[in-house]
Amino acid sequence: MTWLLQLARRIAPTLVALVMALLITGVFILIIGENPLAALGALFDFGDSATAQANSIGVWINRATPLFLSGLAVSIGFRMGLFNIGVEGQYRVATVIAAGVGAAIVLPAPLHILVIVLVAMAAGAAYAAIPAVLKTTRGVSEVISTIMLNSIAIGLAAWFVRSPFADPDLGAGETAATRPIDESGHFPGLNDLFGTLGLEEPRRPVHGFVVVAIVVGIVMAVVLSRSRFGFELRASGLNALAAAANGISSKAMVIKAMLLSGALAGLVGLPDLLGSAHRFQTDSFVAGYGFTGIAVALLGRNRPGGIALAALLFAFLDRAGPRLQSEGIPPAAVTIMQGIVVLSVLIVDEVARRRLRRREERRARAQDPATRSEESAAQPEVSS
Amino acid sequence: MRRVMKLAAGFATAALLLTACAEDDDGGSEDTTESGEDGGSGDGLQVGLAFDVGGRGDRSFNDSAAAGIERAQDELGIEFNELSPNPDGSNRDELLRELADGGHEIIFGIGYAFGEDMDTVADEYPDVQFVRIDGAPSDKENVAVMNFADHQGSFLVGVAAALMSESGQIGFVGGNEGVVINAFGAGFKQGVAAVDDSIEVEDHRLAAGEDPSGFDDAAGGRVAAEAMYDRGVEVVFTAAGDSNVGVFQAAADAGAWAAGTDSDQYETVGDPELQEVIFTSMLKRVDNAVFESIDTYISEGDVESTVYDLSDDGVGYSTSGDHMSEDIIAQLEDYKQQIIDGEIEVSSEE
Repeated sequence: MTWLLQLARRIAPTLVALVMALLITGVFILIIGENPLAALGALFDFGDSATAQANSIGVWINRATPLFLSGLAVSIGFRMGLFNIGVEGQYRVATVIAAGVGAAIVLPAPLHILVIVLVAMAAGAAYAAIPAVLKTTRGVSEVISTIMLNSIAIGLAAWFVRSPFADPDLGAGETAATRPIDESGHFPGLNDLFGTLGLEEPRRPVHGFVVVAIVVGIVMAVVLSRSRFGFELRASGLNALAAAANGISSKAMVIKAMLLSGALAGLVGLPDLLGSAHRFQTDSFVAGYGFTGIAVALLGRNRPGGIALAALLFAFLDRAGPRLQSEGIPPAAVTIMQGIVVLSVLIVDEVARRRLRRREERRARAQDPATRSEESAAQPEVSS
Repeated sequence: MRRVMKLAAGFATAALLLTACAEDDDGGSEDTTESGEDGGSGDGLQVGLAFDVGGRGDRSFNDSAAAGIERAQDELGIEFNELSPNPDGSNRDELLRELADGGHEIIFGIGYAFGEDMDTVADEYPDVQFVRIDGAPSDKENVAVMNFADHQGSFLVGVAAALMSESGQIGFVGGNEGVVINAFGAGFKQGVAAVDDSIEVEDHRLAAGEDPSGFDDAAGGRVAAEAMYDRGVEVVFTAAGDSNVGVFQAAADAGAWAAGTDSDQYETVGDPELQEVIFTSMLKRVDNAVFESIDTYISEGDVESTVYDLSDDGVGYSTSGDHMSEDIIAQLEDYKQQIIDGEIEVSSEE
């Protein structure tokens, strides 16, 4: 019984926040003269036919996978107080290099994919190493350097796709792209799995890379909570001085965290690359996962499990975009909703935390005879 | 598992609360959902339209398409629904599927970025006619691609720019370095050179490669144009979608000239101060292409890929605002005729 109560207390803030977010969005929809109920219906409408429903689920998975990986990459930095805004640039550079290298080699199927994945992680880590080195040697704030490196990444990727990795067989009028990756480097889709489960097969390829993402998530969860590295990461994040006093070099931690963050960022573009695009083309390359990943990490409170749920929620809302528009709700409503969800979760969380702390302080004061006598005296309000 | 429960519970509660909330509010907002419902009494053909990133209201490319489908609604009695992609443009294929599932017989994708997505979806819906505005040719039977001789229209704007400038300092601001914008730049430079081949056009692109961010970067457009005007440039031609407004603002600050693209931006910019600096726009009659495609589909049940150029007024230049003298317009008409007659060949590449 007590665990039920405890559970309720833990989930209550998030629950309140989600309700608040939906209500506020509902008000917005009312203001623009549309029906919030129709919007809510559209949000949960997965389609009429079995194929449409399977397709919707596929879209959901395909959208959630890169968001999860991006949120995970961002959260590694967050955990030690590093604000890596550079995931955006890191995954762009990693994806174009992985696409170029992947197209240049032919290997047996699983090995080919493995090489592409490793190249992407290495490229992401290498690009993240720049701000890490700048920070540890010259004290450059990673916020500034990663933002700038994001811009450089766009130019760098454009150069890669035109010069070293350009596909020579492109026809006139076609935009620059890398050469297509050989069949052996295609990651099998989950479409057959839908059939096996008795569902209709989705029309678009469902990226099997989600399995890799789940494995990475589990590994990260274990590393962060059970390994020495995870402990040191948290310790440096909580109090860098105390960590240093205990022999944890903050410089080494900055380098390690940025490299790991960058390596994970390198995976963000792979579900698409290996699952359906099979080559890098600036037009069809989906940009922006790196920035959305920041919101996903915040919402998921930097825990792999939370990030997975946050990514699923974001993708769920994104997926409903076209359906909502058919109901007359502008596409910006989805973005507004995502923003409000993050804000309300953070605000409600903070309020709940403060209330809890105040209650504990009061209890502590009530139990401590030393303070009980001072209770009547003017006491400075303890709050932050 | 607990977390999943948490989410599910959150949504369920929210759903209930929202229900209560909306009931209090007495509805009253139901009949505004569909955009094309009050169309004429014509044959009620269902037309779907998926915009490029930025959607309706860009005062340029997308709005030109919107004008075309609205004209079809008024004159042909069709009904239409429109959708816009999410900001990162990742769900273009889903927009097309949503429209196809909604029973639309002919579906437009506005912009070359619909390329592969449209070809993929066209295979899934063989009975639906898809029409793409701009882009590489398609080998699908039910996909028609409408292209525009952007380089020809830009040539005329180049001629106009060279005639408007006194010092011979001219600039070009493009959204990116993709093939479409390259054609604008190439045609423009040839037009300038036709008047005075000693002029070097300053060429600035707001984004590298095919990156689409340059089409949604008014601040970047403004900075780029300011730098040009500061160096003494008198006329800037801008082909950068939403970013064009930034160039117009810089021109207004500098008291110099700017030329817009796609729509007649003198009419669409909606600011008298900016109207003062827009002496012409390279018209890309997306509206005509959309309207004519629908018209053809109604009469023939099929749409063929078409290239619109100066000869059928698919591209052209605008004279709104009367900033160009009669003499300049006469010269433009002369060049236009020469291009139509094939005496001048404009290349889409530099």
